[in-house]
Amino acid sequence: MGSQGGFGQSKEFLDLVKSIGEARSKSEEDRIVLREIETLKRRINEPDIPKRKMKEYIIRLVYIEMLGHDASFGYIHAVKMTHDDSILLKRTGYLAVTLFLNEDHDLIILIVNTIQKDLKSDNYLVVCTALNACCKLINEETIPAVIQQVVELLGHPKEAVRKKAVMALHSFHQRSPSSVNHLISNFRKKLSDNDPGVMGATLFPLYDLITIDVNPHKDLVASFVNILKQVAERRLPKNYDYHQTPAPFIQIKLLKILALLGSGDKKSSEQMYTVIGDIMRKSDTASNIGNAILYECICCISSIQPSPKLLETAADAIANFLKSDSHNLKYMGIDTLGRLIRISPDIAEQHQIAVIDCLEDPDDTLKRKTFELLYKMTKSSNVEVIVDRMIDYMISINDNHYKTETASRCVELAEQFAPSNHWFIQTMNKVFQHAGDLVNPKVAHNLMRLIAEGFGEDDDMSDSQLRLSAVESYLKIVDEPKLPSAFLQVICWVLGEYGTADGKYSASYISGKLCDVAEAYSSDDVVKAYAVTALMKVYCFEKAAGRKASLLPECQSLLEVLSASHSSDLQQRAYEFQAILDLDANAIENIMPLDASCEDIEIDKSLSFLDNYVLKSLEQGAEPYIPESERSGTLNISKIRNHNAYEHPTHSLRFEAYEVPKPVVPTKIPSTVTYPTDIVPVTVIVSEPSYQPSVQPSWPLVPVSDAGSGSGSTELKLRLDGVQKKWGKPTYSSGASSSISNFESDRTTVNGATQINTLISKPREPRQSNVEVSEEKQKLAASLFGGKTSRSKKKQSGGAAGHSKVSRTTNHGEDKVQPAAVPVTVTTAVQPPPPDLLDLGEPAGDTSSYSSTVDPFKQLEGLVDLSQDVNATASATTSNGPDLMSLYSDADLNGSLNQNPNAMNGSVNPSKKTASLTKGPSLKDALDKDALVRQMGVNPTSQNPNLFSDLLG
Amino acid sequence: MGIRFILMVNKQGQTRLAQYFEYLTLEERRTLEGEIVRKCLARNEQQCSFVEHRTYKIVYRRYASLFFLVGVDNEENELAILEFIHLLVETMDRHFGNVCELDIMFHLEKAHFMLEEMVMNGCIVETSKANILAPIQLMDKTS
Repeated sequence: MGSQGGFGQSKEFLDLVKSIGEARSKSEEDRIVLREIETLKRRINEPDIPKRKMKEYIIRLVYIEMLGHDASFGYIHAVKMTHDDSILLKRTGYLAVTLFLNEDHDLIILIVNTIQKDLKSDNYLVVCTALNACCKLINEETIPAVIQQVVELLGHPKEAVRKKAVMALHSFHQRSPSSVNHLISNFRKKLSDNDPGVMGATLFPLYDLITIDVNPHKDLVASFVNILKQVAERRLPKNYDYHQTPAPFIQIKLLKILALLGSGDKKSSEQMYTVIGDIMRKSDTASNIGNAILYECICCISSIQPSPKLLETAADAIANFLKSDSHNLKYMGIDTLGRLIRISPDIAEQHQIAVIDCLEDPDDTLKRKTFELLYKMTKSSNVEVIVDRMIDYMISINDNHYKTETASRCVELAEQFAPSNHWFIQTMNKVFQHAGDLVNPKVAHNLMRLIAEGFGEDDDMSDSQLRLSAVESYLKIVDEPKLPSAFLQVICWVLGEYGTADGKYSASYISGKLCDVAEAYSSDDVVKAYAVTALMKVYCFEKAAGRKASLLPECQSLLEVLSASHSSDLQQRAYEFQAILDLDANAIENIMPLDASCEDIEIDKSLSFLDNYVLKSLEQGAEPYIPESERSGTLNISKIRNHNAYEHPTHSLRFEAYEVPKPVVPTKIPSTVTYPTDIVPVTVIVSEPSYQPSVQPSWPLVPVSDAGSGSGSTELKLRLDGVQKKWGKPTYSSGASSSISNFESDRTTVNGATQINTLISKPREPRQSNVEVSEEKQKLAASLFGGKTSRSKKKQSGGAAGHSKVSRTTNHGEDKVQPAAVPVTVTTAVQPPPPDLLDLGEPAGDTSSYSSTVDPFKQLEGLVDLSQDVNATASATTSNGPDLMSLYSDADLNGSLNQNPNAMNGSVNPSKKTASLTKGPSLKDALDKDALVRQMGVNPTSQNPNLFSDLLG
Repeated sequence: MGIRFILMVNKQGQTRLAQYFEYLTLEERRTLEGEIVRKCLARNEQQCSFVEHRTYKIVYRRYASLFFLVGVDNEENELAILEFIHLLVETMDRHFGNVCELDIMFHLEKAHFMLEEMVMNGCIVETSKANILAPIQLMDKTS
C-alpha cells in the first residue's frame, strides 16, 4: 500500500496535478504553469520551509520544466536538497538537479563536494544515489575528484553499488576516454562478477572499448561466448527472465559485441557459430522479445565471417519476418535483408513481392526502410526504376531532412549508374526542380562540369548530343514558376555556354529566355549574375561567328537596370557587357572563346611577370621583401606595428600572431583567362566588399594598377584564384576529381551494357500465376530484381518503371517456389492522412478530434454517468477493461504478455478476457485508490477520465 | 549511447514524464517533443511502432491513454526497446498496482527513480523487477 496510501501530498500539489491533468489544451496548460511559477517564486524563498514541503516544491519545479517553462529560479533549492540527510529528500534533490542541469552548469561545482561525501556513506542507497548523479553531473574536469572513490566502490559488497560504479566509470569513459584508460582491466575483471547485473553492466563499457579498437579484446571472445551460452541455457536467476526468455537484454548486448569481434576474423567467428545457432533454434518467434533476439542474431551473422549454415537459418528467419502481418516484423525483415544482401546478394530475389508490398505500404517508416534497402541493392540494371521511385517519393514528402537525404541519394545513384546521358540529365532535372535548394551546391557545379566535359568519351558527337539534350530540356523547364536558385544557375550557365552552339536555337530566342529568367527572379542576385553573363556569352558567340548580333530591347533595359544595381557584382557585369558591345569580333573571340570552359588556365604562381615591376620599385628605394620564415622576432613586431598603423588605426596594441600580408597583386592578365568568371558569382559577391576597402589604404607596396586594361579585368583575375580549383582541369580539388573519374569509369561499362541491352531485351509474355498479383507489381519486381542473377554477366536494364516487360526466367522459378510470399490482396490507394490529434493550440479543434478518435473516452463518459458512489465507479472502470485490453493487445503484437503466467504483478488472470473481471493485485487496493483520488476532487466525471485508465488493463 | 530520451505523453500530447540522456536546452526539448509527438500520434495501430525523426529513431507504444516514446540511436534493436517499454510499464504496475496516468503524475519522482534504476547512460542496466523496485521500497520504508 505504502506507495499509494495517503499520498502524503498537500492539497495544493494535488490541485496542481489535477488541473494539469485536466487541461484541455496547451494554452490552458501554459496558463496553469505560468501561474504556478508565480506562486512558487513567492513561496520557495520563504524562510523555514518544512523539508517535506520543499520536496513538493522541487517536484513542482520539475513539472514546470517538463512542461516547457523555465524553472531556473529554483535550481539552487534543488542543489540544497542534495545535502539533506533523508535519503528520499536527497535523492529527490539529485533527481531534480540531473533533470535541470547539464554537466557544465555553474551550480555543479556545489554538488561535487556532496557527491564525494555521499560516495563514502555507510548507507548503500546513498552511495547508489551519488553514483547515479556521477553519471550525469560529473564532467571531464571533475572526474579526478571522484574517480578514485568510484573505483574503490567496484569492490563494494552490495551488487547494486558495484553495478552503478561500473556505469559511472562508463560515463567517465564516454566523457574523457583518457581519464579511465588505466582502468580498463577493471572492466574486464568485473565481467566475471558473481552478480549478473554487474556482469551485464560491464558489457556496455566493453562494447564501447571494442568499438574503438577490436584487437586488444580478441582474447575475450571465448568468455563472451561462454557467458552467452550460459545465459541462453538459463543459468541466470529467474528474476532476469523476461516473459520466459532468459535475460534477453544481456543476450542482445552480447550478440552486438560478438558481431564486432567476429567481423573479418575467421577464427573468432568459428567459436561463435554453435551458440548463435543454438539461440536461433531456441528463440520464441511468437513473442516480440524472441524476435528481438532473432534479429540480433541475424545482425551478428551478417557481420561475422559468413557461415553457410547460419546464413541459411538467417534467410529463413528473414522470410518469416517478411511474411508476418506485423509491420514491425516486416520492418525488421527489410532491415535484415539489407544486411544479408551484402553477403548473399541472391537472397532478395525470393522476397521481391514482399519488398514491393513494403515499398507501396502507406506506412512511411516501412517505405523509407525499403528505400534504404533499394539504395543498397541498386546497380546499373535497376537504377532507372529505383531512382524514379525515389524521386516520386522525394516529391511526395514535406520533411526537408528526408527530402535532402533522398535527393542526395538519387544524385549519387544517378552519377554512379546512369545508363544514358539523356536519362541522367532528366533525372538531375527532376531532382533539382523539386529539391534544388536542398542539395549540396557542389552537385550543381558537378552537373555543369559534366555537361561541359561530356562523359569522358572521345566521341564529340555524344558530348554535343548531351549538351543539346540538356539545352532542350532546360528550355522546356525554364518557364515553370518558382524554380530553385541552384537549378536556375545551372540552366543559365548551360544556356549561355551551349544554347546557340549547334544552331538549333537562335540567339534572340535564348537571350529572350535568359532575360525572362533575370526578370522573373529579380530578387535573386546570383541568378541574375548568371543570366547576364550568359547573355554576354550568347552575344559574344554570335558576334565572333560573324553573324549580326544585336541586343534585344529587354536585354538592353536589363543592362540599364543592372548597371545601377546595389550589387557591385551585378553592376560590374553589366558594365563589362556594355564595354564588350563596342569591341570588334576579333577581340571578342579572345575574351569569350567558344566552349572553352574546360580549357586549362595557366596561372603563374610565382608571379614572374611582376619581376620588372619589383625591380623598378627596389631601385626607387622600396624595402626588399623578406620571406616569412626568415623574419626575426623583433623585425616581425615592428612590421606588425607598421601594418597595424595602416589597417587598424583604432587599435593601440596588438600582440597576437599576425597574418602576413599576402601579395595580392593586381595586374594585367592574359585575356583568355576571362571567360569562366561567371561560374563563381558567389565567391565574387562575398569577396568583393571585403577586398576593395582593404586595397586602397593599406597596401603601400602594391599600388592599384592603372586602369589601362580596365579595373574590371584586374578584379577578374582575383576572382579566378578562387575559381581555379573547381574548374581548371589541372588543379581540381582531389575529392572532386576522384568522384568524376569514378563516374567516368562506371559510365563506360554502363554504356556498353546499355547498348547490348537494346539488342537482347525483348518483351516476354506477362507471367501467369494463380495468385492474383497485379501485373504492375510484377513488372516492378522484375525491373528491380531482374538483373540480379546475371550480375556478373552482362548487365541488363529493366527499362523504365512500369514499361518493362523484361521478366527474367529466374523470376518465374523463384515466384513459384515462393507462393506464400505473394500476398493475395493488392495494396491499393494510399490511405488518407490521419487526423492530426495534436493541435493543442486550438482547444476547440482539439476536443473534437479527441472525442472523435477516442473510444474509451466515450465509453467511460457513458459509464460514469450511471454511478456516483465508489463501488459503481470501480466497476465502471472495471468494465472498461476489455477496451483497454484491446488497446493493449494491439500494442503488444504477439500477445507475448498473456503467455506468461507471472508476467503481471501476480494478477491471476490466465487470459485476456477474464482480466477484465479482476482489477489488479487486490480489488480493495484499487478501490481505496479510487476513493482517495476522488476525495481530492479528481474523478472520472471530471474533464479527463483517461487519467484513470489502467495502463496495463 | 543507445537510449537518448524517454518520454511519456498522453493522447492530447501533454508530457507526463521526460528523461533525457543527452543535454538539450529547454527550447530544443519543447520543439523536439512537439514534433515527435505530432508524428507518432498521427499513426494508426497497424503501422510500425518505429518512426525516424532526424537522427533519432523513436520506438513508441501506447497503453490506454498514455504513449511511451523512447528515442534511440541507430545501433539500437527496436524490438528490444519495444519490450523495454513493456517492462517499464509492468514494473510500474507492480509498484503502483494497476498503474494509470494519474499514478505517474502524483508520483513523478518515483517513476523517475524506476527509470534511474533501469537505465544509466542510456543503457538498459537492470531488467529484474525485484532489483529495480528494491531501493524504492526501502526508501518508502525509511521515510
